[in-house]
Amino acid sequence: MAITTLKRIIRAGFLNFKRGGVVSWAAVLVVTITLSVITIIIFSQAVLRYSLNQIKDKVDVTIYFTVSAPEENILSLKSSLEKMPEVASVSYTSKDEALRLFRERHSNDYPTIQALDEIGDNPLGAYLNIKAKEVSQYESIANFLKTDDALVIGSTSIVDKVNYHQNKLVIDRLNNIIDGAQKLGFLITLILVIISIIITFNTIRLTIFISKEEIGVMRLVGASKMHVRGPFMIEGTIYGVVATGITMFLFLPATLWLGKNMTDFLGINMYDYYIANFFTIFAILLLSGIILGIISSFLAIRKYLNK
Amino acid sequence: MIYFNEVSKIYKDATALLDVTFTVEAGEFVSIVGHSGAGKTTLTKMILAEDVPTEGTVFFESINVHKLKNKDLTKLRRRIGVVFQDFKLLSNKTAYENIAFAMEAVGKTEEEIISDVPHVLELVDLAHRANHFPDQMSGGEQQRLAIARAIINQPELIIADEPTGNLDPVNTHEIVQILKKINDLGTTVILTTHNRGVIESVGKRVITMENGKIIRDTKHNK
Repeated sequence: MAITTLKRIIRAGFLNFKRGGVVSWAAVLVVTITLSVITIIIFSQAVLRYSLNQIKDKVDVTIYFTVSAPEENILSLKSSLEKMPEVASVSYTSKDEALRLFRERHSNDYPTIQALDEIGDNPLGAYLNIKAKEVSQYESIANFLKTDDALVIGSTSIVDKVNYHQNKLVIDRLNNIIDGAQKLGFLITLILVIISIIITFNTIRLTIFISKEEIGVMRLVGASKMHVRGPFMIEGTIYGVVATGITMFLFLPATLWLGKNMTDFLGINMYDYYIANFFTIFAILLLSGIILGIISSFLAIRKYLNK
Repeated sequence: MIYFNEVSKIYKDATALLDVTFTVEAGEFVSIVGHSGAGKTTLTKMILAEDVPTEGTVFFESINVHKLKNKDLTKLRRRIGVVFQDFKLLSNKTAYENIAFAMEAVGKTEEEIISDVPHVLELVDLAHRANHFPDQMSGGEQQRLAIARAIINQPELIIADEPTGNLDPVNTHEIVQILKKINDLGTTVILTTHNRGVIESVGKRVITMENGKIIRDTKHNK
């Protein structure tokens, strides 16, 4: 009995969609636009995330040690830094390595190399380069360095300088920008999604408004609420599924073009990103489309059912 | 079968029904006649609980129809077949599907639908129109389809509200004959009309209404 009813409801839904003609396709078009907005938001988020990560990656804190700093102290500091939850990575550059890099960097600068040779001894100290997971965490790392006992031998510090304090202003400002960009991105996303949902809801409400009389007649004939509502919800589901298919298809050439022409500007190849995340995006769109279709239909028809 | 007990329906600035009391027995054919606005349609809406009386009660057998919950109301409406002046067919369904829908609504099986629908279409002489949509059919055909839909689930009562209002005399005669045939088979029929000719061709009990009141009932005159 229940299965027969379900079968009838599904069949009626498909039939209504087919016979709805232009009205059905208008609803599909609006849902397609909504899903396209969602897709564009997914892409924008990816570009934003990529750009922010690029910027974040350029920020680091370097601890320069004195020439006489013993290597085991530096290495023990490195391992205690690595244990901090805020720290993403620590790279150690030894005195000799620092000298080699310096020579390499100044290989065309003859006077500097000559002066270096004149000294004979290695004047450079070792250094640790620290990358935090979040830009906002550099401050607590810098504070940790201030308090760590391993940095002091006798009464002299083995740390020559920490460049955090020189970079503080830049880091702070960057932090604010990243924070702001993320908040703004979220806000825009929210507004766009809400607008799209309202437009879709209204369109579906209009398609059901056309059937207002029919709904009354169905009720008079003795159809249960579910029997009347079911086909409309199936129609809503069909809008969602068809619109998902169209959207996914449309974004293939669109991202291909973006990938060919805009990769340098955006930082990532949109086509590669689309293909790599094809099933995730498909799932998000399908779910959004179906939920949007079903809930809109459900709410829109409620008004005419309770008469 | 149906009992109206001092039913009044008063809208803000108009009285649709005033102190209406009458009884319809099972198997009767009752015609309700009156001008437009006399309260005929309001009266039929009361039986279906589409409208709520300001005062009084309406019983269908022992059920007070205005005390019913939504779900029970659906069950009650399944026992009543309704035919309207404007047909009220489902415009995006074919003749066959319109009738099938009424059967689906009450939970009939696929086999019953396949065997019963052609039969009832035959009865109202629409077998050749099974796959046509309502807007491809004439007014008389649409009304016959509406009657077919009303009787498909073997209701105990048929309410025909101005069924001939939009039809020419030939089609009107046909509709009346079909309704009489249905009544002969044992179904109670309540027919409203403003057309004296229709009542004469029915030749059964007539209730005359004016300004929301019953001014004459041939049952009491006999």
